[in-house]
Amino acid sequence: MLQLDNLALTQDGFTLSLSAVVDRATRVAVLGPSGSGKSTLLSLIAGFLQPDLGRILWDGADITEALVAARPMSILFQDGNLFPHLSVFDNVSLGLRPDLRLSPDQRDRVAQSLTDVGLGDMGDRRPATLSGGQQARVGLARMLLRDRPLALLDEPFAALDPGLRAEMLALLKSMSERRGLTLLMACHDLRDAERLCDRLWLLEDGKLVLDTPMAGLRDAPDPILQPWL
Amino acid sequence: MASRARPLSVIQWAGAASVALVLLCVLVPLGAVMARADWPPALGPGDLAAIRFTLWQAALSALFSVALAIPVARALARRSFSGRGALVTLMGAPFLLPVIVAVLGLLAVFGRAGWLNDALAGIGLGRVDIYGLQGVVQAHVFLNLPLAVRLILQGWQVIPAERMRLATSLGFSARDMRRHFERPLLRAVLPGAGLLIFLICTTSFAVALILGGGPRATTVELAIYQAFRFDFDLGRAALLGLIQVAICVTAGALAFGAIRRQEVGAGLDRPALPWPGDSAWARLFDVAAIIAAALFLLLPMLAVALKGLPALPSLPPQVWAAALRSILLALASTALAVALALPIALLTARLARPGLVEMLAFLTIAVSPLVIGTGLFIVIRSIANPVALALPITGLVNALVALPFILRALVPAAIMAEATQGRLADALGMRGLARLRHAILPRLARPLGFGAGLAAAFSMGDLGVIALFSMPGQGTLPLEMYRLMGAYRTDDAQGAALLLMVLTLGLFWLFDRGGRLDAATR
Repeated sequence: MLQLDNLALTQDGFTLSLSAVVDRATRVAVLGPSGSGKSTLLSLIAGFLQPDLGRILWDGADITEALVAARPMSILFQDGNLFPHLSVFDNVSLGLRPDLRLSPDQRDRVAQSLTDVGLGDMGDRRPATLSGGQQARVGLARMLLRDRPLALLDEPFAALDPGLRAEMLALLKSMSERRGLTLLMACHDLRDAERLCDRLWLLEDGKLVLDTPMAGLRDAPDPILQPWL
Repeated sequence: MASRARPLSVIQWAGAASVALVLLCVLVPLGAVMARADWPPALGPGDLAAIRFTLWQAALSALFSVALAIPVARALARRSFSGRGALVTLMGAPFLLPVIVAVLGLLAVFGRAGWLNDALAGIGLGRVDIYGLQGVVQAHVFLNLPLAVRLILQGWQVIPAERMRLATSLGFSARDMRRHFERPLLRAVLPGAGLLIFLICTTSFAVALILGGGPRATTVELAIYQAFRFDFDLGRAALLGLIQVAICVTAGALAFGAIRRQEVGAGLDRPALPWPGDSAWARLFDVAAIIAAALFLLLPMLAVALKGLPALPSLPPQVWAAALRSILLALASTALAVALALPIALLTARLARPGLVEMLAFLTIAVSPLVIGTGLFIVIRSIANPVALALPITGLVNALVALPFILRALVPAAIMAEATQGRLADALGMRGLARLRHAILPRLARPLGFGAGLAAAFSMGDLGVIALFSMPGQGTLPLEMYRLMGAYRTDDAQGAALLLMVLTLGLFWLFDRGGRLDAATR
């Protein structure tokens, strides 16, 4: 379980302040307009930023001060997920060994991970030779290979066209269900949120103004959600 | 594309005329040099030694410049400290500094009676010598280290912040950082940076004139000057000019190929990146690299200021007269360079053909100022007295030298302005000068100010063509300073050096600042 306990950060005149809880194997969509604090929240959980106040707990353990690499999470950005000088296989391998010294067993796991995302025959290719959708799959393969229980996604598929985005979200949904991943995804499209997630957070001006299950959202929508529908 | 189908406007015709003028100013002197060169070529041992020395010193200068720049750029990329921006700006100053001022500063620190030798003598150690190969290389490293640092630092800057964060989240060690970030970056950046500095150093004249000379430390450019000025052997000077062109074309072709995809001219003020795998040793190493580079680059400038200040009030009148000539020449040369560059940039943006700019830049770098000067002398002497035209010829050549730098700053901004503001202006029916003035120029003010500042600084510090042509009484400030050094009037030379440094950096600042003010008000 992820607990955000009175978390607060003020940066460049903007203040993010919230408390929330995410149960294990829950997929949360963090929705909000630009500048509402979505990326700041993910950066705090990931450890790229330190809060001024409050604590971050995972299964009861305080990870607020933990190093980024020691936290129980993987992260996927919109851009910059791949190293252009490395092959697809090596890019995914980084999730297991940054020095790329893989055992035969680890090599098999990388190959399997690539197969899982439909890139089994593209391990030797360089990122520049892949389409946007294929590049996103490579990042996803690495994230899943890391086998961390918490996944943070910062608008990872925003640059893809709607069809590809839907395809990637479906893939991510099936993978995360199979592995019991807890997931937080920042996005600004309610339809994307509905495709993947079972819970919705709405952020406005650094505050969590809505925390609701996704099921039945459109049946009796909260008035605050009206602009997003 | 629709934009290509439209007829060229007056401004674009001006661009085409500017391209033609530049080609004329480079190719006619080059043709004259080719026609006048001794044939069959008969190179003496001294000429062969000059070719060998030119290549050897340029290779060493490039090697040391990039090797020393790596730790400095890495330290600046990953460290934040107060005053970082000011230090980065100051460390870039040697690139603008007149070569003769830089050499005088280096002599004040590393010369026979310099601070370093005084300190070594104070602790009973032997003295180091700055003349000859080591001095030429040291001066070139001083002048080009800022450029090398800038090119490598820009390599770090194009790395997306997300990728650095990814490395942090994957737990990269210092070794992983070297493997996955630094080595690929250096592989991409170093060949271009090294070849560019090699190219610049093959055209070394003023450094070799002061710190080199003699049969063992003469560059081809210096040999051209000697053949021209001392022997008045135009055939040999022209032959050496052709050899210089061959060297520059070869080095230039390699360098341009390597740096084609690199962007030069972006700022260096992005905050330091988050750096995985950091350690106390790395911090210590970075602090040492930054301090060592700052001392190496700033001490000579400090020496020029400290030694020149007492001599400033008593400078002889001819120094002030030369300073006035230099300022006027720099302003005229800058105006000409901008007048040529702006229409060329607008034409390039309209045609979406950056290759045109690369061709011009290549040409003006491949045919060095001394070669153009020699060619112009050969052309003009049949119709007029070239010596009487020393200042206009110097102004023209200085403008040509500055042209690639202005275009490099201006063209990306012009392409961007055309792509964004230009389309809007077309949609609104804006045309001609109104379109240029209200839609395009405001977007170009900043690079134009920066480019004009570079042109003014280069012209202020030029000691090339003017040394070839000028007679006493019509010299510029760098030439006057060189004469004072030759006459062992060290105090006056140091005062003139400070004056030249202040005027050069001041002119650059004024133009650069002017561009920013203009941009800020729109």
